[in-house]
Amino acid sequence: MVGRATTHALVGLEPRRVEVEAHLASGQPTLTIVGLADRACQEAKERVRSGIASAELEFPKARVVVNLAPAGLRKEGSAFDLSIALAILAASGQVDPAALGRHAVVGELALDGRLRPVSGVLAVAEGAKRIGLERILCPAESAAEAALAGVEPIPLRHLAEAVSYLSGGSRPPPFIPPNGRPVRAHAPDLADVRGQERARRALEVAAAGRHNLLLAGPPGTGKTMLARRLPGILPVLGRSEALEVTRIHSVAGVMHRNRTLIETPPFRAPHHSASMAAIVGGGPGPRPGEVSLAHRGVLLLDEFPEFQRMVLEALRQPLEDGVISIARAFGRADFPARFQLLATMNLCPCGGRGNPAAECGCSAQQLARFHAKLSQALLDRFDLVVTMPRPRANELSSPPSEGSDDVRRRVVEARVRVDRACLVRTDEASALLDAAVDRLPLSGRGRERVVRVAATVAALSSAERVAAEHVAEALSYRVPKELAT
Amino acid sequence: MSELALAAFAAETGSHLVAEPRSARYERFRHGFDATSYLARLAQQGIRFVARSDDAFPALLRLIHDPPPGLFLRGRGSPDILGRQAVAVVGARACSTYGAQVGRSLARDLAAAGLVVVSGMARGIDGEAHRGALESRGVTVGVLGCGVDRDYPAAHAALARQIADSGLIVAEYPPGVEPAPWRFPARNRIIAGLVHAVVVVEARERSGALITADLALEEGREVFAVPGEITSSLSAGTNSLLRMGAHLVTAVGDVLEVLRVEGCRPSSSPQLDPEGRRVYEALSDAPATADELVVAIGLPASELAPALTRLELAGLVVEGEGLYRVVMPGS
Repeated sequence: MVGRATTHALVGLEPRRVEVEAHLASGQPTLTIVGLADRACQEAKERVRSGIASAELEFPKARVVVNLAPAGLRKEGSAFDLSIALAILAASGQVDPAALGRHAVVGELALDGRLRPVSGVLAVAEGAKRIGLERILCPAESAAEAALAGVEPIPLRHLAEAVSYLSGGSRPPPFIPPNGRPVRAHAPDLADVRGQERARRALEVAAAGRHNLLLAGPPGTGKTMLARRLPGILPVLGRSEALEVTRIHSVAGVMHRNRTLIETPPFRAPHHSASMAAIVGGGPGPRPGEVSLAHRGVLLLDEFPEFQRMVLEALRQPLEDGVISIARAFGRADFPARFQLLATMNLCPCGGRGNPAAECGCSAQQLARFHAKLSQALLDRFDLVVTMPRPRANELSSPPSEGSDDVRRRVVEARVRVDRACLVRTDEASALLDAAVDRLPLSGRGRERVVRVAATVAALSSAERVAAEHVAEALSYRVPKELAT
Repeated sequence: MSELALAAFAAETGSHLVAEPRSARYERFRHGFDATSYLARLAQQGIRFVARSDDAFPALLRLIHDPPPGLFLRGRGSPDILGRQAVAVVGARACSTYGAQVGRSLARDLAAAGLVVVSGMARGIDGEAHRGALESRGVTVGVLGCGVDRDYPAAHAALARQIADSGLIVAEYPPGVEPAPWRFPARNRIIAGLVHAVVVVEARERSGALITADLALEEGREVFAVPGEITSSLSAGTNSLLRMGAHLVTAVGDVLEVLRVEGCRPSSSPQLDPEGRRVYEALSDAPATADELVVAIGLPASELAPALTRLELAGLVVEGEGLYRVVMPGS
């Protein structure tokens, strides 16, 4: 007497098929789970036993062995509960094995038999789709997410509901979130920022060209305030980008309750005390870190030099390749991490530099240590660097500036041109670029950066070719020499 | 070569000696000292030695009351450089961008006028002075307070290489001597001794640059100071030098005039577009941030940025910590 259910385990973002087999044999009534199940997965025993009892079904009085095959793949978490319970019920003849075989299964059981949502349902559902299963039994809250994969979700609230459905009962009603449809998260508006014309312009250029931007300046000049307004001027995500982002957020378990498809570019702002694993991802079965959660969106590193040196250096691979590979004893996972890096920093440890009203009291050694942390290799990843001086009072009392919606409209238009064609430089622009390489300390990589930014500036002004003006503006966002040396 | 033995003995005992001590230990050391093989070892490292009694020893330095027994030299420059007319440009290590810019452009113009720029290779003003001199392909001399083979501070290793390419790095200490706080004032007396004039760009009260200025005064060299804001502690040292009668520097011509050197800056007025001219004129009144210029001139940020870049490329304007200022006038 063997019962089988199909589900998927996740290795990184990748679903791997798992057959849950339950075998009943005569002997002492016990429940054993084999097949490299971790602690949370082993604890499924107790949840399944009480869940079945609470659903007024019978837990078999036999020696029950559950095998999670392939036995060599490590299984983590509580998402196997429902499949284990249904496999046992199928083995004991309480559920139709043929009906169960036509469904993929995912979900955690509560002790009273109710189903709880789990993370990574989208990826599991995609796995089901891939092996040709068209329906997935899942917790009702996760049904909308599973539907994104193109399989039909069967929204379940209770184990008993699953059993009655599989025995030919009617389909359970769809799940309606208690608070109705979620409103779009309120993004702070650029109109709140007074003055800072130069930094606003740089933010717009960064948004249009997906450039990495570093804002440097004394405390209180609105660096963070401005940085938090970047998501508000970014275009919404396309369908496939939105699916990528949703998959990552679902696996990481950071999805908003009522949200299904994430269509706005994600914005992540980890604190500077964050560990290496928190930023790049990790754990025994690797989980996505902040760089992956910021995929197709913005990663804000506020007080950039305060982050651990190792963490900053670890950003170099994803910044270059758009992907982060994490190797662990039990396998290796690649997480996408194509994010736009936005960073803020003071000009010195005490914050006095660049502020006419204060005086820097840092010693030469403190300054040297501060600068040593910003390796040239890392500074080279910023296409735009802007020093934000302290605004004067008359700017603060000026009328409100342009709002995010107007800026976003320009960014969206420019994005189309940036993505479509590579603009040609005029002779005058090339001459200016060569002169700049001669005159300024501009590395090979620095030159490339200027070329890229100049193309974005040209796209923002709807120009046909990259003119000298555009190169000149791009040059003004190069790494300033007080940070470069 | 008793001077070489003296220098080597001082290094070995970790002491600072300018005259031969009358001790048995020194006698024994001198007796066993093999100058030829010591010089051969130095030559392998590309280091030369000029003894106080040599003709090549800089005459000005010989005039101070405690000249070193000799100088160790590193770099491609000829020892004759040390005999040429020289100016020291020194100042605070933790300087402001204003100080850094003034130090750099002063050194650039002094070197362009044919003067040798001497400084201490430290962070801040010293480093900027060397860089400025190198920018105008002038000759610059770095004076170290440790063994001549060391690049101190390590962050200036690349700068040291550049200096050694055309100029000299000198020290009174042979290779292997570690930097120590008390050696820096001794180093400063060599800086003061090598030059006709010392320019202090930015200095706090009780700073090393003031020691250099004091030593220069004692030896009868000219002392110049760049004025700074009276509210900034970084200018307290230079402003007090001015109160005590130091020459005031507002342009490189002030230094050249006292030293009776012809400046070589024909500075043809550069071609500027109308925006560039307006920006330049606004900045000539006072340094300003980009945002202040946006308000003052009424140009949007996207048009102001190219104008500022062009002014920077033309060498008329420099930026530091978000503040743009015009480059110091030539005379």
